[in-house]
Amino acid sequence: MNILDAIVVLLNYVIIPATSYGAQLALGALGVTLIYGILRFSNFAHGDTMAFGTAVTILITWAFQAAGITFGPLPTALLALPLGIAVTALVLLFTDRAVYRFYRRKKAAPVILVIVSMGVMFVMNGLTRLIIGVQDQNFADGQRFIINAFQFRKMTGLAQGLALRTTSVITLLTAIIVVAALFWFLNHTRTGKSMRAFADNEDLALLSGINPERVVTVTWLLVAGLATTAGVLYGLDKSFMPFTYFQLLLPIFAAAVVGGLGNPLGAIVGGFVVAFSEVMSTYAWRMVAAYVLPRSLVPGGLMQLLTTDYKFAVSFAILVAVLLFKPTGIFKGKSV
Amino acid sequence: MGAPFLIGEKMTGGYGAADILHDCTIAVEKGEIAVIVGPNGAGKSTAMKAVFGMLTLRHGQVRLDGEDITAFSPQARVAKGMAFVPQTDNVFLSMSVEENLEMGAFLRRDDIRPTMARIYDLFPVLKEKRRQAAGELSGGQRQQVAVGRALMTQPKVLMLDEPTAGVSPIVMDELFDRIIEISRTGISILMVEQNARQALNIADKGYVLVQGANRYTDTGEALLADPDVRKTFLGG
Amino acid sequence: MNGRSRSLWVLAVVGLLYVAVGVLQSWPLALTILNDGLIVAITALGVNMQWGYAGLFNVGVSGFFALGGLAVVLVSMPLDPQAWSAGTPRLLVALVILALVIFAAMRLYRVLGAGWLRIVSLIVFIGVGVTVFRTVFNPAAKAVEAINAAVTGNIGGLGLPVPFSFIVAAAFAAAAGWAVAKIALGLRSDYLAIATLGIGQIIISVLMNESWLDRGVKNVVGISRWPVPEEVRLQKQPWFIDLAHTLGMHLTTTSTVFVGLCFAALFTAILLVILLLAELSLRSPWGRMMRAIRDNEVAAEAMGKDVKRRHLQVFVLGCAVIGIAGALFVMLHGLFSPVNYNDALRYTFLIWSMVILGGSGNNLGSVLGALIIMLIWDEAGSVGPHLFALLTSPLADGPLKTHLINSAVEMRLPAVGLVLLLVLRFSPKGLLPER
Repeated sequence: MNILDAIVVLLNYVIIPATSYGAQLALGALGVTLIYGILRFSNFAHGDTMAFGTAVTILITWAFQAAGITFGPLPTALLALPLGIAVTALVLLFTDRAVYRFYRRKKAAPVILVIVSMGVMFVMNGLTRLIIGVQDQNFADGQRFIINAFQFRKMTGLAQGLALRTTSVITLLTAIIVVAALFWFLNHTRTGKSMRAFADNEDLALLSGINPERVVTVTWLLVAGLATTAGVLYGLDKSFMPFTYFQLLLPIFAAAVVGGLGNPLGAIVGGFVVAFSEVMSTYAWRMVAAYVLPRSLVPGGLMQLLTTDYKFAVSFAILVAVLLFKPTGIFKGKSV
Repeated sequence: MGAPFLIGEKMTGGYGAADILHDCTIAVEKGEIAVIVGPNGAGKSTAMKAVFGMLTLRHGQVRLDGEDITAFSPQARVAKGMAFVPQTDNVFLSMSVEENLEMGAFLRRDDIRPTMARIYDLFPVLKEKRRQAAGELSGGQRQQVAVGRALMTQPKVLMLDEPTAGVSPIVMDELFDRIIEISRTGISILMVEQNARQALNIADKGYVLVQGANRYTDTGEALLADPDVRKTFLGG
Repeated sequence: MNGRSRSLWVLAVVGLLYVAVGVLQSWPLALTILNDGLIVAITALGVNMQWGYAGLFNVGVSGFFALGGLAVVLVSMPLDPQAWSAGTPRLLVALVILALVIFAAMRLYRVLGAGWLRIVSLIVFIGVGVTVFRTVFNPAAKAVEAINAAVTGNIGGLGLPVPFSFIVAAAFAAAAGWAVAKIALGLRSDYLAIATLGIGQIIISVLMNESWLDRGVKNVVGISRWPVPEEVRLQKQPWFIDLAHTLGMHLTTTSTVFVGLCFAALFTAILLVILLLAELSLRSPWGRMMRAIRDNEVAAEAMGKDVKRRHLQVFVLGCAVIGIAGALFVMLHGLFSPVNYNDALRYTFLIWSMVILGGSGNNLGSVLGALIIMLIWDEAGSVGPHLFALLTSPLADGPLKTHLINSAVEMRLPAVGLVLLLVLRFSPKGLLPER
């Protein structure tokens, strides 16, 4: 029995990975929820927007690397991120002017906008494939670990080594900064408040003189920032493959729905709920049990609820539970 | 006396193919209260919305302080000094009382604190609850927030669509008192009311609409005294 | 131009396009695309029932389509007595246990009052139930997977002719559709979309990972296509050799074309039957009510129509049709490859673009939309690189040019996306507007 080793194992395989994954999902879900709140549709192109933003950032990262520009121990991609966001923002604004605005003016039903977003998804997906291809890209550079398992074992004398990867810490810190900035913007600036007002009651916002086009523009800018950041962090943490990003759509939607669609705070909580459920239900708990339980009680099996191949099932199960029991989400979302 | 401060003159129009308003005229003088009453489906709210530019008129015009504003969008009318309080969904439920008032002043670039202080004087309970979300307030308090939000634009005309719908009689009297107070500061008030008798009581001018047309138009007092109006619209 | 003559025009143009492919490129290619097109046309009919009739949003098409394919494997693959003695009965018992656990958990949820007691007891009950299921299931699955792993390693099928599987395919897909509709219908339209997206991904995960069932990523090959003949066998038949000789065509080409035609005939027949039934149902009182509900749900509900029930019916029906299409797909290729279906753009969203292009609510429109989009999609692979080579000819040879030409086939994605966006924008009723 060794509680400390059990905690290290838990940190290594559950808490750290789930926290960074949760932060990535939260950023993704924030984008979905903002679009839902302001433009009032579920954006199926969001996964591909993340992929596109990340692809652009990777290209810029490569250009920086080729020019010999690095970010010291941090990944060069962080330097490229602002530029990636800017390009994505331009593309999103162009998409809005060329595609979405027409339906907004017509006051088209949300479901039509969802189909429109499917068309945008195709185009974005194709663009991403065109500029970077479909292969797996690993673009993380800089220092890989803050603490590696070997050092940790030497330092503490424990059997289990704690590995703290740079990308995990960067993910969490970036997410905290981005979320704090977003909430400050929404709660304390005139533009941010006008966005909340518009999301809350569009007609009354118009009566108050709030310019809807401006609100929509700001929304797309924020979405570009959130989606690209989420995508780059995910790519640094794992790797970049356009298809994986498309598949992220389900956990991201699950996160947004769990928290209550249209509710930013809910999106963050939802991201972590989904990430932790996913990691915890696909983790083989036997190693933890071996350290905590007396030997005679340690079960023979892996103590794994689901294999990782079924991680989508977890998002889905959470989604179903919410839809069945609390369709407005944990925090009250916009509507059922 | 010259032309009225705000007038919707001979308005004809509706939402679709069929007209709801027929040659309907509504006007209000500076600092006065005008009330539109009438049976259900008489087009009261429609007349109000027409004055505010929320439906296109086929005939007639709307003039504010002598200027023809018929072609203006509702937003442009807000900038011109008109404020509108819808009957329902008239506050930002998820935002605090104070933020609601701030949103009312969205177009203003000057210091909004004096206006806000005046609104808190008018509705002291709002000051108490200024950090609370509007969705957590009672129906009567919400109406106060809604009126307060509209006043934040420093309007010359305040338009209220059934401000007392769904509130208790005590709250209604209270609200009417506040409305009188507002009108005394020189703001013209145009409102649609279900509670015809109480509303006519405080009205300088009353409009009784039937099927989208003017039936009786007179001072509030005179309408209350008119036996025909009493019999048909005020229940004896 | 009235509806009927417009339909005929579009039909003629689509026919000409396929003939053009046959004449300009090759007939086997034209038939390959046509057969793919007929299958997606049936899929599109299913989606059109859900979306066009009822305004229900299904983006889990690939999952229901794959389930139809699974039905072919389970019905038509030969019986495997070894697997049967090794563990198949135990697997079935395990699945029954799982079903009972789920059912009992649902009962328990209803019986117990809200509160902590319910949550805790449900978690304990499900935990115990799943453990029991696992103890029966895991060894049995392992045993089955161990048998002849290189060739089968799964429970095998019933050894019945393929056409039986069409009914099973419809039933499988309908059952999955029923489950998801039960959960998400009655909520806002986006939620059904998200829920179907989820069920689609899960079905495909299951098919990819449950190797005892369908060999998972190892694919099932050699699936019978009876009553359509095999090329190799045809090539040995004297009458067929004679036929090729009389036509003056190469023997292999003749067999490919002949088999292609057989499939095309079979698929067309099935398509026409489904199309006819779909049209009849649309014109029946049931169909009129469906559309009335779609156009004004509130009014229909006020008139006492059971909107949710009608939606459930049409959703399940649509899924069944998609399932049948999935079965035909596996039959055509003689292969069940779960990994394939992971491409949701191809197997879900492409279908949507067909329905929208054809005209939401118009069955014939969906069919023609499917045939057109399939042509664009398949041709992008063969014509795309040439087109790109032409477009990039001013560029100097180099890595950029090579990259662009190599990416040409990917351009079908934005091409389809663009078609979808243009139709939605400029002709939202599609090629053949709903009557």
